[in-house]
Amino acid sequence: MQKKISSWEILAVLLCSVVALVVIPCLNAFVPETSALHISNFSINLWGRYFCYAVVAISVDLLWGYTGLLSLGQCLYFALGGYMMGMYLMRMIGSLGQYHMPIPDFLVFLGWTRLPVFWKPFASFPFALMMVVLLPGALAYVFGFLAFRSRIRGVYFSILTQALTYAACLLFFRNNILMGGNNGFTDFKYMLGYDTRSASTQRGLYIISGVFLLLVYIFCKWLTGTKLGKVQRAIRDSENRVLFSGYAAGNFKLFIFVVASVIAGLAGALYVPQVGIINPGEMSTQNSLEAIVWVAVGGRGTLVGPIIGAIFVNAFKSWATEAYPDYWPIFLGGMFLLVVLFLPGGIVGLVGHIVNLFKRRGQPPVSSSDTYAPTASKPPTAPAVTGAPLPPK
Amino acid sequence: MSAAKKEFILAAEGVNKSFDGFKAINDLNFYMDEGELRTVIGPNGAGKTTFLDLITGRTKPDVGTIRFGAEGTDLIRKSEYEIYRLGIGRKFQTPTVYTDHTVFENLLLSLEGKRGVFATLFSRVSPAQRDRIREILKTIGLSAKEDAKAGSLAHGQKQWLEIGMLLAQNARLLLVDEPAAGMTDEETAKTGELLLSLAGKHSIIVIEHDMVFVRQIATKVTVLHQGHVLCEGNVDQVQNDERVIEVYLGRSKKH
Repeated sequence: MQKKISSWEILAVLLCSVVALVVIPCLNAFVPETSALHISNFSINLWGRYFCYAVVAISVDLLWGYTGLLSLGQCLYFALGGYMMGMYLMRMIGSLGQYHMPIPDFLVFLGWTRLPVFWKPFASFPFALMMVVLLPGALAYVFGFLAFRSRIRGVYFSILTQALTYAACLLFFRNNILMGGNNGFTDFKYMLGYDTRSASTQRGLYIISGVFLLLVYIFCKWLTGTKLGKVQRAIRDSENRVLFSGYAAGNFKLFIFVVASVIAGLAGALYVPQVGIINPGEMSTQNSLEAIVWVAVGGRGTLVGPIIGAIFVNAFKSWATEAYPDYWPIFLGGMFLLVVLFLPGGIVGLVGHIVNLFKRRGQPPVSSSDTYAPTASKPPTAPAVTGAPLPPK
Repeated sequence: MSAAKKEFILAAEGVNKSFDGFKAINDLNFYMDEGELRTVIGPNGAGKTTFLDLITGRTKPDVGTIRFGAEGTDLIRKSEYEIYRLGIGRKFQTPTVYTDHTVFENLLLSLEGKRGVFATLFSRVSPAQRDRIREILKTIGLSAKEDAKAGSLAHGQKQWLEIGMLLAQNARLLLVDEPAAGMTDEETAKTGELLLSLAGKHSIIVIEHDMVFVRQIATKVTVLHQGHVLCEGNVDQVQNDERVIEVYLGRSKKH
């Protein structure tokens, strides 16, 4: 059928993987700093974070682009995953903190002398990792179960996800839940015995992030190609028809929602040791919206799009917040408007347009409703439409 | 009451449904035999589409029973997908197909089979399924369009595809809402032939406005008016019925 993975796509993924996972780390580790080819530790750290953002973007797209669920709360699951990893990292500080006590500094500051019960198992890395998966997954399950059972759709779903995120944000600001309050967790020292402040650990985390991104990409490629993936897109395009075709659409949405949230949680867990801090700010409204912009800019309903979008927008952000720090929100909003008005397919859609334009020269017109894989088009059966925009949300 | 029910594929009794005080369905009694092709007509607001909504579980009646099949399954307590699984398929008024999927995929998604989340995760297209889809494509005359996106089809073709989707699910009862709307005369005639060829194997309720089309397909016609069955009979009987003429032409004389 049409959904065959084209060879150029495999080639592109392979090439990117080799460059990102082998060449760049080598240029960082083995090329002397004086050389023009040297990649700085700063860049490695930055790109490691971009990879985490890209994973979040894929999770947003899995919901928004593929299922038609605009979740404004993916940063919540990202932050929860981050917090779980943060608890492990806090425990690993041991007595090396400011107060030289065997419990995290903020607890000492709050007057605690012994470790609260729920902090105890977090000294175990496997336990923390399990919580990284379980907590976002369980919250997504409960929230999704209630929302989808009540048939909350469209903008109401978006508002609820946003509200839940805001509620969680306020909760984590409180000191009495013993999660670090507004300062969150920071000053991490060791992870599995490796010094998180060293260049080699950061390089390792960069590589793990890259591999994780690759795995998530492959997983989602597979997932969206299954019959479940077809049902998923069918829900996006016509939920009523799906119900009247005998599928319990709510269960499918719940499954996707949990999967996307677990993915976002894992990304958060990888992100925290790289930035060295997690606080309730990660759950801010702006973070949620930025993730939406990444996906829109990159290209909704594709898997490459979110990756490109996340990296492009964040690279742009890195530059803009340095050059014009006050104008970043305006740039962000402007970018979103630009994409919504002129580039409904995002960057990937634009590339598809250009490829099609070149293909058309000297050839019979090719129908091009498929923005992403223009290679598989058949000879036209109906008048060709150039770059049909994505279906409405 | 219960003895009579046995023979019917669909039996609606004493059904009432109001929306904000407006009685969309008013003490409706409707019986239909297995394998019958029934046409339901009626002026705008007669409750035709609401009736389909009630059968398919999209809305729930205030009072009344709707029973399906010889088993007399109560449809009122079931959700849309459960009702579908009993073997009731619905074609919407505006063609509702998965525009971003190919024609083949549209039928594949409608094909009977397991519909759980994890069942679909690991399902493969079997040769038997492929053959079945090809067969349906032939029936609905879309063999050449197998790999075309459903969104690129002409209006009439979308309508046929949607009927094909009901065939794929092997529905015992097909509910077809205004299939001829927006079709050319030729397409309308073809749709009529298609429905006639399906009658007998399936029980079909067709809701329609186009009287030429009704004449082509109808054996038995039910006229709905203000949510109530006004009269039933063959096309000629119905068209010559005083009450029907009054309802349609709006004569001033009230009885």
